[in-house]
Amino acid sequence: MTETTKAPLRERPKSPHLMTGGFGSPLLWRWHITMLTSILHRASGIGLYVGGLIAAWWAISLAQGPERYAQFKGLMGSLPGKVVMFGLTLAFFYHLANGVRHLVWDTGRGLDVKTANASSVMIFAFTAAATFAIWYLAIVTGALG
Amino acid sequence: MTAGYRTPLSRARGLGSAKHGVTHWISERVGAIALVPLTLWAVFGVLRLAAGDYDFAVAWLHDPLNAVLMVLTIAISFWHMHSGMRVIIEDYIHVAFSKAGLTILSLFVCGLSGALAIFSILKVALGGGAY
Repeated sequence: MTETTKAPLRERPKSPHLMTGGFGSPLLWRWHITMLTSILHRASGIGLYVGGLIAAWWAISLAQGPERYAQFKGLMGSLPGKVVMFGLTLAFFYHLANGVRHLVWDTGRGLDVKTANASSVMIFAFTAAATFAIWYLAIVTGALG
Repeated sequence: MTAGYRTPLSRARGLGSAKHGVTHWISERVGAIALVPLTLWAVFGVLRLAAGDYDFAVAWLHDPLNAVLMVLTIAISFWHMHSGMRVIIEDYIHVAFSKAGLTILSLFVCGLSGALAIFSILKVALGGGAY
C-alpha cells in the first residue's frame, strides 16, 4: 500500500469581490470608470426589467378598453410617472450604448484600458445627449400632454 | 477507496460543460442585436402613443407593421430580460434554493407578462375597432 500524503487543507484563493469581507466592508477596488459602467449596465438592466413590465401593462390596459387605458395614461402622465419615464429613458440609452459596446468587445476589439476608458466616456455623453433629444422631441410633439 | 479504481476520465465526466454553451451564448447576442433597431423604433412609438389617446393607440396597432414590430419587441425583450436577470441572480445569489427559486420566478414573471402583452396587442390589432 502506498502512503498518500494529503496536502494540508487551506482556504482556496478567492478573487477579490466588491464585498469581500462581508457587506459594508471597505472596498478593495479603487473606483474606475469601467467598473462604474459595468455596475450601471446591470442597474439599468434591472430598471428596464421594470420598464418591460410597464410596457406589458400598457398593452393589457389598451386591450381592456378606453377607461383602463385612460387610467394608465393618467398614471404615466402624472409627475411620478414622468419621473419614471425619464429614468427609463436614461437607463434605455445607457443600456443600448453599453450593450453595443459589449457586442464589439465580444469580437475582441476595444478591450485595452485606454480604449475602454474612452468608450465609457463616450457612452455617458451619448446617454445624456440622446435622453435630452428624446425629451426635447417629447415636448415639441406634445407627448408630455 | 473506490475513487482509486476510477479513471481520471470517469471522475471528470458529468462535471463539465453540457455542450449547450455556445448556442446559448450566440442566441443571447442575436437577441441583443435584434433589440437595437426594435427598441429604437419602440421609443418613437412611445412618443406618438403618449401624444395620442385611446382611439389613436387602437388605430396605431391596426397597422400590421406596428402590430408585428410591437409583438417582436415584446417577445425578444422579455426573453432578454429573463436572460439578463438570470445572469444577475447567478452572480449574486449563492444559496442554491433561492438561486433556483428566483430564476424560476423571473422566468414565470417574464413568461406571463410577455404572453399577456402579446395576446393584448393581437386582440387590439385584430379587433377591427369593434369596442
